Amino acid sequence: MDNWYELLVDLIVIAVFIGGIAQFRTPKRARLGTAITAVAFGAALALVVYRNTVGQLWVVGAAFVVGGIAGLVVSERITMTRIPALIALQNGAGGGASLLVSLVELGRVSLPTDAIGAGFALAGVLVGGVALSGSVIAAAKLDNHLRIRAAVPGAYDRAVALALLGFAAAAALALTVTGFERPVAFAATALAPLALGAVLALRVGGADMPVLISLLNAFSGLAAAFLGVATSNEMLIAAGAMVGSSGTILTLVMARAMNRSVRAILTGGGPKPATPPATPDAAGEAHAPATEPGPELAPKQPPSATAALRQAKGALAGATSIIIVPGYGMALAQAQHEVASLARKLSQAGKLVRFAVHPVAGRMPGHMHVLLAEADVDYDDLYEMDAINDDFASTDVAIVVGASDVVNPAAITVPDTPISGMPILRAHEASTVIVCNLDDRPGYSGVPNPLYTDPKSILLFGDAKETVASLIGEHAR
Amino acid sequence: MSEILLMLGIFAVTSVVSYALISRVPQRLHTPLMAFTNAISAVTILGALLLFTAEVDTAAMLLGAAAIVLAAFNLLGGFSVTDRMLRMFRS
Repeated sequence: MDNWYELLVDLIVIAVFIGGIAQFRTPKRARLGTAITAVAFGAALALVVYRNTVGQLWVVGAAFVVGGIAGLVVSERITMTRIPALIALQNGAGGGASLLVSLVELGRVSLPTDAIGAGFALAGVLVGGVALSGSVIAAAKLDNHLRIRAAVPGAYDRAVALALLGFAAAAALALTVTGFERPVAFAATALAPLALGAVLALRVGGADMPVLISLLNAFSGLAAAFLGVATSNEMLIAAGAMVGSSGTILTLVMARAMNRSVRAILTGGGPKPATPPATPDAAGEAHAPATEPGPELAPKQPPSATAALRQAKGALAGATSIIIVPGYGMALAQAQHEVASLARKLSQAGKLVRFAVHPVAGRMPGHMHVLLAEADVDYDDLYEMDAINDDFASTDVAIVVGASDVVNPAAITVPDTPISGMPILRAHEASTVIVCNLDDRPGYSGVPNPLYTDPKSILLFGDAKETVASLIGEHAR
Repeated sequence: MSEILLMLGIFAVTSVVSYALISRVPQRLHTPLMAFTNAISAVTILGALLLFTAEVDTAAMLLGAAAIVLAAFNLLGGFSVTDRMLRMFRS
């Protein structure tokens, strides 16, 4: 146990951490909170070195400088489009560090006197390992290097069970055997969680990434907290608990915005393809009659691309209020600058231009906001779903850029689809909807989008960078 | 035994307080929030430093050094990328 004043100092640092996170209300205050927390963190590091005689200072210092410089260089240089992957990697690094330290601590506990320490060190190894490998896989997926989805039914469940059993067996051996088997058992104890994390991350598909990445965020915090209990370190426990809380909140917010349980997202391998006869005309009449594709409208001849563009420009010219709905397609096409300049041009023409962002648009929580902020869109023009949803009905034009599921009226009108009941942005209530999507294929959920056949929709299919630029008579940069 | 209770208490109190505070973070700041809490999870570097206060054999030294490299990457990179994102938000 620390001396009481050491505990007091720890509690002060913890309070500063909590105070820092409490500043995340506006960007300006968040910057201040981040700076204060960074200083407190530095103080905590200095305190640990000051209070204890840290051996091997050369090794410790060199390791810190190497890792720190690499971290700084990568995060200063990376483009904003690759931020989700970077955040996943940083998360993985934290989990990995907890895994390694927990492993060393596990080797030091003396049983049976310190069974609690051994248990929490094992928990640190397990959760840290899952966070590490899960995050690395997530980063590869977020950076579009990896596109693997569930293939063999039941294979993932068996792999999870196997990894957990392997972990239990290896842990039991690591705590009992001596001699040359010991390092082998320890290696197996570390490898099993890595396998588990890889399996968990592999089975989660593209649009479900916000849930996975939030959950792994919570895991890296919990790993630190478990290590903290194993080593009786209050700072680790408190900071880890904070991160665990934050990741848990984000996970729940994301799952709620998809109207699915976390468990279903993690184990279902993504929504099943919709049943083909998902025509919206059965239930849709009362709620949104305009979305009902009457039999004579469904096979309507699409106007030529130039005619559609002319029509879209006309609609924008006559509009006084416009809401732009960005989705993952905008990120994929890197069209945020074109979208921003479209918005600027329209608002310079005296129109009310706002952005409506769905909580799960993109591949991580807040993804769209970061991209649009990079393109200099005013922070106050970004609206959350609940704040703007009622305004669509009184809006002249909604511009959908690379979004499908989050604006799919079938979520409201058609029962029993994978997205039924999912809260959506009601872009279909605007007088005119301009859709700048790649094509008319359904979104990630596989549910056909009635917006594509709605007579009030103007469809500009193709690369969003180009279609959006063409709306303001520019060429894509 | 009182020690484990103190530790679990700190865990529970911090979790609840953070939960209350973080629930009110606007969606617009969710990415910076995640980057920020990532950086905080590098707190595990304190555990890595403390490994070196005891006698370390070669294996422990290598694992500990690797942990410090990873945690420092997470720590400095996390704070820097958080600030970089927050700088972009303007109003």
